[in-house]
Amino acid sequence: MPDAAPRALSYVDALREAAAQEMERDPRVFVMGLDVDDHKGIQGSTKGLVDRFGPERVFTTPLSEDAMTGVAIGAAQAGLRPIHVHIRMDFLMLCMNQLVNIAAKSRYMYGGQVKVPMVVRAMIGKSWGQGAQHSQGLHAMFMHVPGIKVLAPSNAHDAKGCLIAAIRDDNPVLMVEHRLLYPLIAEVPEAPYAARLGEARVLRKGTDITLLGISAMVPECLRAAELLREIGIDAEVIDPISLVPFDRAALAASVRKTGRLLAVDSAWTMCGASAEVAAMAAEDAPGVRIARLGFAPTTCPTAPSLEHAFYPNPAVIAARAHVLVRPDAKTWRPSPEAERSVTGLNFKGPF
Amino acid sequence: MTRPPMADLERIYRSLRLIRRAEEEVARVYPSDKIKSPVHLSIGQESIAVGVCDALRHDDIVSGTYRGHAAYLAKGAPLDRMMAELYGKDTGCARGKGGSMHLVDMAQGVLGASAVVGTTIPLAAGFALALKREGKGRVAVSFFGDGATEEGVFAESLNFAALHRLPLLFVCENNGYAIHEPTAKRWATNRLVERAASYGMPAEAVNDGDVLALRALVIRLVEGMRAGTGPAFVEAKTYRWREHVGPNEDFEAGYRGRRDLEAWQATDQVVRIGGMIAPARRAAIDAAIETEIAAALQFAENSPVPDPAQLTTDTYA
Repeated sequence: MPDAAPRALSYVDALREAAAQEMERDPRVFVMGLDVDDHKGIQGSTKGLVDRFGPERVFTTPLSEDAMTGVAIGAAQAGLRPIHVHIRMDFLMLCMNQLVNIAAKSRYMYGGQVKVPMVVRAMIGKSWGQGAQHSQGLHAMFMHVPGIKVLAPSNAHDAKGCLIAAIRDDNPVLMVEHRLLYPLIAEVPEAPYAARLGEARVLRKGTDITLLGISAMVPECLRAAELLREIGIDAEVIDPISLVPFDRAALAASVRKTGRLLAVDSAWTMCGASAEVAAMAAEDAPGVRIARLGFAPTTCPTAPSLEHAFYPNPAVIAARAHVLVRPDAKTWRPSPEAERSVTGLNFKGPF
Repeated sequence: MTRPPMADLERIYRSLRLIRRAEEEVARVYPSDKIKSPVHLSIGQESIAVGVCDALRHDDIVSGTYRGHAAYLAKGAPLDRMMAELYGKDTGCARGKGGSMHLVDMAQGVLGASAVVGTTIPLAAGFALALKREGKGRVAVSFFGDGATEEGVFAESLNFAALHRLPLLFVCENNGYAIHEPTAKRWATNRLVERAASYGMPAEAVNDGDVLALRALVIRLVEGMRAGTGPAFVEAKTYRWREHVGPNEDFEAGYRGRRDLEAWQATDQVVRIGGMIAPARRAAIDAAIETEIAAALQFAENSPVPDPAQLTTDTYA
């Protein structure tokens, strides 16, 4: 194996490195999407790729998300391996028909005659007034449909492994990326590696409660676990990494041990990924106490005071976990000092 | 226009006649409920698929619609696997998972069809993008109906194909109706060819269903496309003889008149091209077609149904 020594790399740089390494390895891989070849390169995640691989393999698109998704599917059926990039997940609503009616179903409804090896990268926005249409976590809509895989890596190491796995996969794969994760740094081996899809990661071992975070809620759960530690609650934190396929066994093993589950999503809870996680836990570990957290059940506002209340945060997660673990205890909320001490996801615009 | 050589005429006639007779048999069998699929028959519209496909190479690609029996057969995909698909059999082209609306044969260059109108237009563009990169002069053809031109992806795909000079022929099979609604209730103008041309591609119409005129036009357009001149557009007017879905006529419904049908029947291309072939020769072709259809129906009847264990196979690759 070539040099696999870990280096410190940001999430966004890991994404770019994954794409570049796969494009180097496989001439069928190409990148398309509005602005993938401009000076900003999708917050840096595609920056420089056009210089290295040329405009035939890295090209911008007209603002035609519906048809461009169809173009990616057709190219994939023809044997190429497109990566279609969207700077916000909200724009996937324009791709819904192609993704749900064609991409997800082609393999099946054409009797196994075709494959659709395509990657759709989509970013969830947050903070600095992203507002109603730049902030949505819509991954559950795609989890609902058989035939699409859905990945939501929460750190740079898994971002690289997931993107490489997605590119090498023979199915349509949605990469759920959160804007606030982009600057976060982790140890990332330089040599290419593919994540094993459907394999969750236990990030923190614990015995009292399972905190399952999705995407940007993984670091928030880790912070909540720190807050809980101060009052003697030992939380286990699970990152599913892959939502479809989902590591049901890892979830079941954890909740059987802790007896309690708090599922926290970067999305709404109604019919969401957290609802699915809760249902799986209830089926696999009857008697487990379950709660969910996610976006407030309303549209995302822009005013900071409102936006702050819209999202779960470490204090809210910790307080909810406390109720699950100690239902009879007095209401508890971490002190503002403690809350500040664990806050790390700072973000300042413009994006 | 000079008449093609007799060998070409016989091939064109054979293809027209096979599609017509195969679909007439589908309609005949349909009430028996052996066909487990809604059928959208191409009867009356065969000349478009045949005129276009006869101008193509074997390694070219066509993308059809849910009214796709004609394109599938005209490109050379096997009738027996189509019939088995309609019967819901394991030997069907989609192994009993697609039915009449999702015919496919990648080996013959027939992309899978879709029941959601217009959705396959950009797929053909994506396939053409791959063909352009391959650089072997292959082209793709996207067949779609007049209704599909109202979908956003139609305009989006024309623009993208012209921008990237894709080897893609757009063929609008304009039969004048989206289900039961005439274009007059759906289009502000009839200037479809002008609309397509404005994206920057040659665009022409064939208004009378003339299979030889269409074939000659496509030969000319495709020649340029193979050399890298980019996409082209054809509006081929036609007429659906049967109801939107199902085996019957529907002139009693009142949304269109039998006189329109009779006008198109007077120029029926199956009869017209057949008339150019010596009677004895034509009889031999017809007999071979009947044998092929009978064998295809027999194949469909005798094939096994898919095992229930196949239910989830191919959900993922």
